[in-house]
Amino acid sequence: MTMVLETVAGAGVTGTLTLTVREARLLCPGVRHVVLTDEGGRALPTFTPGSHIAVNWAEGRHNSYSLTGPSIEPDHYAISVRLDENGHGGSRWVHDLQPGQTVRVSRPRSAFAPILNARHHILVAGGIGVTPMLSHVRAALEWGRSFEVIYSFRDRQGAHADELAALCGDRIVTVSTPEELREALLPKLGDQPLGTHVYTCGPAPMIAAVAEWARECGWPPGRVHSEAFGAGPLPEGNPFAAKLGRTGMIVPVPSGTSLLEALLDKGITVPNLCRQGVCGECRLSVRGGEVEHRDLFLTDEEKASGDSIMPCVSRAVGDRLELEL
Amino acid sequence: MTSTDSRIARFPFPFPRDQYRYSTNVEPAGNPATTVAGRWGTTHLEIDSRYHEELAERERILTADPSRHQCLPHMVPAAWDAMLTLMRTLAAEYPDTMALDRRGDSWFWRNDLLGIEHTFVFGDLATLPAPPLVYICGQIQEDVVLLDQREGQLWGDAGLVTFAADWSFGFDVGMSFLEIHGPVPRVHSEKIITRAHNFLMRLEPGQSYRRTNWTLTVDGKLDTSTETYPEWGKDRRTLADGPLDEVGDRLFLRTEVQHLIRLAHSGAVMFLIRTYLLPLRDVASVPEWGARLYKVLEDLPVDMAEYKGISRTREPGMRWLAAHGNVEP
Ligand code: FES
Repeated sequence: MTMVLETVAGAGVTGTLTLTVREARLLCPGVRHVVLTDEGGRALPTFTPGSHIAVNWAEGRHNSYSLTGPSIEPDHYAISVRLDENGHGGSRWVHDLQPGQTVRVSRPRSAFAPILNARHHILVAGGIGVTPMLSHVRAALEWGRSFEVIYSFRDRQGAHADELAALCGDRIVTVSTPEELREALLPKLGDQPLGTHVYTCGPAPMIAAVAEWARECGWPPGRVHSEAFGAGPLPEGNPFAAKLGRTGMIVPVPSGTSLLEALLDKGITVPNLCRQGVCGECRLSVRGGEVEHRDLFLTDEEKASGDSIMPCVSRAVGDRLELEL
Repeated sequence: MTSTDSRIARFPFPFPRDQYRYSTNVEPAGNPATTVAGRWGTTHLEIDSRYHEELAERERILTADPSRHQCLPHMVPAAWDAMLTLMRTLAAEYPDTMALDRRGDSWFWRNDLLGIEHTFVFGDLATLPAPPLVYICGQIQEDVVLLDQREGQLWGDAGLVTFAADWSFGFDVGMSFLEIHGPVPRVHSEKIITRAHNFLMRLEPGQSYRRTNWTLTVDGKLDTSTETYPEWGKDRRTLADGPLDEVGDRLFLRTEVQHLIRLAHSGAVMFLIRTYLLPLRDVASVPEWGARLYKVLEDLPVDMAEYKGISRTREPGMRWLAAHGNVEP
């Protein structure tokens, strides 16, 4: 691991974890289960149910996978990955992993958390969309939450089906076609008491269908949730160059590095505090080039006028930006 | 170093400039901040020479008014999450006296400062002598508020606050972050609050930030919450009407260091609020501080002074500083 885990609160969050493959096996046709651990045997960061990690499978390439194992200072992270023949190669890469290999992953990110004050949780999983439901179910059992699972899969493609059945007892229903799913889910949507939330993870058409049925049954959108990957921190952004208006100096800003960092690295003093685009300390004047504003500090008018940038988060739209520096 | 010297050296003096206005003054936590007198902020949780004294004070307040601890039913997991995170942080920051070990299904917690050795099962209330927030707040000097994030908002649904400055957690519990900050004056501040709100909602698990806030408090009372106003409200008047000589020892600059931490298991946002009090006499013993505090007080607009509850006390504070601090006329 590249970072110290002793302080759960406050350890460097941007740091990636370097983990070792402890186990890799086929769970069911096309789905490989990979267990990752810290080589030194240290506990891994706790995560929120429904969290995923971004697995780095090639230079600058990441795929996000839900964590299926225990969540509180766990001794391992587990992911289950379906081979996507038409993908860019990330799932193929995971399927080729062997025990002992080293993998770089992000810290867990939460984008599909249970609603703490819900009175009842309906978890709807489709195919490999079952993965985030495992940590939801574990947490629900741990905290005595009321829940039920509808798991839709075809033939023998039910990854984690046995494990879930063991965890859920009579609180799980399995189905294998959209019609069956509809039959199983509609009555539940029809007579759920106030305070029930529904969570869907699966293929896009299924997510859309569940949302549509819920809407027809009069559910407010705030009680219908679906897994949306990629909602983590800001994207790394394209590389560009900043030209300093006064000296003419050119500062290259690679993808994944902020303009602020690039300037500071060159020994250029820019006041800063939060590095999150909220405090306003790092504001710089822009002479030329278009800004991709990603901060929360500037007002809409200020953003539209395009003469200021918060370099800790914002970048250039094109390949060049000229600053008043 | 006497304990006064060390209190000055570790005091989080909250004014980077001669003028104070609201801002979203958050910065990453855990990095030391230097002041002209020393430094602070190397840790998230600060244990100092007042540890036992302040814990006893907290226990006294909590016994007299158990409503200082609140935990809406859905926040029970977040309270456990907070407790474990705080124990883990203590063990990391004070390894000589604190330790947290996992032993199979249970956890072993040791706090040598209080002679505690305790084994508990996470989530099982029967294995703790008190609810998790009460248990852990009996071992740290910080107040704790837990915010639940749902429906695109943050809600102050649990916490233990015994050292509130002019507010009441019992009153605020269950309110949204935006409601809690509703009375902050000035149009501009609205934007600052919204910005802070958005920032908090984007905090990633394991991330932590900090900010400072400040006010003036009479007689160094930690508990100046709305509930006990009858006990301390008149102090402002007796200070204002009393002899100027006494102001240096009776009036305190109060800094709150707030840590904002996303809890990893529950996803709740944890606010740690640590209160530091320094009498003006000690503030003025650092010439730059005396001068700066004077300027900040002199410049502070009426509505902000009103909101901070220092309309009565800032005048006498300034007069005392003018006489004893390094203030140029
Ligand atoms: S450093 Fe805070 S807005 Fe850029």
